[in-house]
Amino acid sequence: MELSIASFVQIFVAVLLIIGLMVGNAVVMVYFERKGAGFIQRRPGPYEVGPWGTIQAVCDSMKLLGKQIFVPGNVDWILYFAAPILAFFPVLLLFLPIPFGPYLTGLKVDDGILLILAFAGFGVISNILAGWASNNKFGLLGAARAVSQSIAYEIPMILALLAVVFLSGSLNLSEIVENQGSWPWQWNIFVQPLAFFIYLVSMVGETNRAPFDLPEAESELTAGFHTEYSCMGFALFFLSEYANMLLVSFVCATFFLGGWRGPFLDGFWWTFIKAYVLMLFIVWIRWTFPRVRFDQLLNLNWRWLLPLAIINLWITAVAIKFFD
Amino acid sequence: MDAPDRDVKPLPRAQSEVRPPLINLKPLNWFFDINRAMSLWPVTFGLACCAIEMMSVSMSRFDIARFGAEVFRPSVRQADLMMVTGTVNKKMAPALVRLYEQMPAPKFVMACGNCAISGGPFKFEGQYNVVEGVDQLVPVDIYVPGCPPRPEAILEGVFAIQEKITGRRWWPLPEELPPDPAPKSKK
Repeated sequence: MELSIASFVQIFVAVLLIIGLMVGNAVVMVYFERKGAGFIQRRPGPYEVGPWGTIQAVCDSMKLLGKQIFVPGNVDWILYFAAPILAFFPVLLLFLPIPFGPYLTGLKVDDGILLILAFAGFGVISNILAGWASNNKFGLLGAARAVSQSIAYEIPMILALLAVVFLSGSLNLSEIVENQGSWPWQWNIFVQPLAFFIYLVSMVGETNRAPFDLPEAESELTAGFHTEYSCMGFALFFLSEYANMLLVSFVCATFFLGGWRGPFLDGFWWTFIKAYVLMLFIVWIRWTFPRVRFDQLLNLNWRWLLPLAIINLWITAVAIKFFD
Repeated sequence: MDAPDRDVKPLPRAQSEVRPPLINLKPLNWFFDINRAMSLWPVTFGLACCAIEMMSVSMSRFDIARFGAEVFRPSVRQADLMMVTGTVNKKMAPALVRLYEQMPAPKFVMACGNCAISGGPFKFEGQYNVVEGVDQLVPVDIYVPGCPPRPEAILEGVFAIQEKITGRRWWPLPEELPPDPAPKSKK
């Protein structure tokens, strides 16, 4: 793809829209998360701030904006402030190759999933930077956990996606969507149910969400790597966490659930419906499952998900070789 | 019987300077104050039996989440409100003062229960280990009496802090509410 003025303008507009999507997504998801927690625990959740508590998340973000900025003692303040920024900005790049609709794609590249998986590693760097730079033992322990967990869960995630890439014969996300049909039984989830399950588990592990939220295990590590971050630093970490959730949901919708293809009328609405159903699924399991122990987390990954993903990939390769 | 003579250390007092905001405009302050009042995140900090009432107030019957204050932050750096729920003894006092000093401004303290207000049942002649009132350590915004206070009282304390921040009461008093409709009998 050559870089002309038109493609530059296209990327610029796409990044602007993605920033809007990230911020709007964080506001909506904070509301749904707290409301969902309320409904699951048989209480109303946010109710009084705005009609049905709808502007609760706006109030929270404004409050975080108005809180005192401070730097802990004996801290390298450049690294300390670089960490939340490094958590936030790479996510913008990750949304570029996602095909939201038939024409609604920021950047049509041939190796889109490679771009996403490569730059997703920046999140881990920002975590360890935050833990190291905040000069706090809980922060450092949380960062160490975040790194070991993210690296561990990236491998079965990549192997599960690779099985779909084998089927489609392309790393381009738009082509992967076009290879699936409009009706649910033509989606990849029915060809690759095991890969879908492995991806579903590792996407929760990858985004550090409960039941795998060990980097911020509150009972052991106060708040993990963002223990020392108060106002907008903490808000940026939260924003990037929700953006990462949205990203893995979009990737899941693209690879396994047919992307913008859906019954009756194809279009970008199907991508968004599928992604937000997956987001609500993540919220649901957060408030219903207890947190696992760290050895259980790593055992699940290395002893079950990884061998299953390799076997699944092998079977897929053999089936393609002999039956295609 | 008097307590034996020993080296009595003076109680630590919180040293925490609150500066005026960088941009000190009245409408901006009004706007931020309302947002602060509507999302008071408490610290996960329980000391004694009043902490049980603090847990109860966040659970389904009394649900403090309705007013946006259910986000109990484990790290004081992200919290706004410290509920001192229970007896503060002299061993705990330095930790409490440090937690208060670590909170970024604007920060608020609610003294829940008689022990935190004045020492409560532990105030007697010759007692040597209980801080008689948490206001000897940190500046307190609201005192919620009770032993322990009922969850409604803690909710009322949150409303009082909201009133203190914004200058008006946001939620109707119980006597201003319309009477409850009679419970429908099942047929």
